[in-house]
Amino acid sequence: MNALTRYVWPIFKREFAGYFATPLAYVFIVIFLFTMGAFTFYVGHFYENGIADLSVFFAYHPWLYLFLVPAISMRLWADERRSGTMELLLTLPVPLWATVVGKYLAAWAFTGIALALTFPIWLTVNFLGQPDNGVILASYIGSFLVAGGYLAIGACISATTNNQVIAFVVSVVVCFLFTVSGSPLVLDVFRVWAPDALTEAIASFSFVTHFTAITQGVLDLRDLVFFFSLITLFLAANIVVVDLKKGG
Amino acid sequence: MIEIKELTKRFGPMTAVANLSLHVAKGEVLGFLGPNGAGKSTTMKMVTGFLAPDAGTVTVCGHDIEADTTKAQALIGYLPEGAPAYGDMTARQFLSFIAEVRGFKGADAKARVAAVVEKTELVPVLEQPIETLSKGFKRRVGLAQAILHDPPVLIMDEPTDGLDPNQKHAVRGLIHDMAAEKAIIVSTHLLEEVEAICTRAVIIDRGTIVADGTPAELLARSRYHNAVTLTLSKDEIEGAVAKLKTLAMVAQVERKNFGDAVRLTAFPKSGALLIEAVSALAARENWTVKELYAEPGRLDEVFRAITTSDAARVKAARK
Repeated sequence: MNALTRYVWPIFKREFAGYFATPLAYVFIVIFLFTMGAFTFYVGHFYENGIADLSVFFAYHPWLYLFLVPAISMRLWADERRSGTMELLLTLPVPLWATVVGKYLAAWAFTGIALALTFPIWLTVNFLGQPDNGVILASYIGSFLVAGGYLAIGACISATTNNQVIAFVVSVVVCFLFTVSGSPLVLDVFRVWAPDALTEAIASFSFVTHFTAITQGVLDLRDLVFFFSLITLFLAANIVVVDLKKGG
Repeated sequence: MIEIKELTKRFGPMTAVANLSLHVAKGEVLGFLGPNGAGKSTTMKMVTGFLAPDAGTVTVCGHDIEADTTKAQALIGYLPEGAPAYGDMTARQFLSFIAEVRGFKGADAKARVAAVVEKTELVPVLEQPIETLSKGFKRRVGLAQAILHDPPVLIMDEPTDGLDPNQKHAVRGLIHDMAAEKAIIVSTHLLEEVEAICTRAVIIDRGTIVADGTPAELLARSRYHNAVTLTLSKDEIEGAVAKLKTLAMVAQVERKNFGDAVRLTAFPKSGALLIEAVSALAARENWTVKELYAEPGRLDEVFRAITTSDAARVKAARK
């Protein structure tokens, strides 16, 4: 706990404030809310469905995050590397894990704020009918976890390069594979030759599968464990990458 | 306070630092010199724990930089090359962040920031984003973050690069004032800086130390050390050259024309003191001397003599 307040907190605070020091935060939030709305109302036909729930709203989250989250994570390390502040940051008396975790949590908290600002749609649906607010809460938690998973992947990839565009593109591709790994597109490639156990293991990496399970209103421990272990894994990889690639 | 033992760093086939050992004590200001690419910055990056060495150890006040990184880093103030800082933060926000990361809280942190802002004369730009500052102010922000926690060990990579002469003078004064209580390493290209602030000069070339001594000792290596330069009018020159050569201690006389005067430099045999003999000779011969002075030695000439130029290195690599 002490290490959290002593080391992680200052790093978190600086990084978090950094989003709001530039137009980045505001541009991101506006675009995030706009696309969320557009998909819900025009693609998902929120009104026409006539059902008082937010399933069409949440269904598009993994796909929107696919592009929006790498846009946040791409600068996380690549920018430090390019501007030379990496050297400053890593020679401050802060353990490397705390720096990695602090920066990651700041980015995650920022996406959390963007997500929380979608609350008008929750008010709308409550005004129009009697939705199951338990399911909606679970879905919000699930959506936040999906964003966290993408962010951890993106942060790790950002640490491998000093070029933000490369970080963005590679992150989108890797996140895409994690998103669709439960679909025939990926599974058919393996089903032909790999044992069923491997195919199933790959399928179990699908963000959509886990997220859909949560949006049914069931916060299953297995789904939570999936997201948290995936985040932990990529943060650990992030630490290793930063440590190995310091010399550039 | 800083103990560097057999430090080695390779980047692919290139050895940046080779088996470098160095001890820096409290009260020393070590000027770290060398051509570009000699390994100065790489060494500093290893001492501050940014880069891991391939071999060798660095200890800072008894803490091994690799085994005990955070403790060692807490004792170091470091100004990296180019003085990087977060451009979107104001100078005050940035320094407050550094204070908090370094473990200062509340009023203590504020007092630290205020003190260091005073020292580095940052008051007029305190509320401006760092990316909008001039090069000199940026450098001073970097300097401020390095000395904010009053570290026993201070490592600065080209602290006066990009500063105007007044600012250079101020920064050197700052370093000089802190010198007694700290072990300081300063890398620089400016040889006059070494003479101005350093108690010791270390020249490295291709990753190894090629010279280590006080600035005076390095100057003594110069061909110009104790040489005497005098300026005479043209018609006296031929006679003067001949007379100077008759002095037993003079090894060689060189001449350089400018305008209607000529500047003669007499080089001594093995560092002998020439000035008295030459001035006595000038008085005896009744020369119309416009200038007469003893040379302390030229550091740039020593530097060139013991380090390899880029061109020479490229030539060596081709072979």
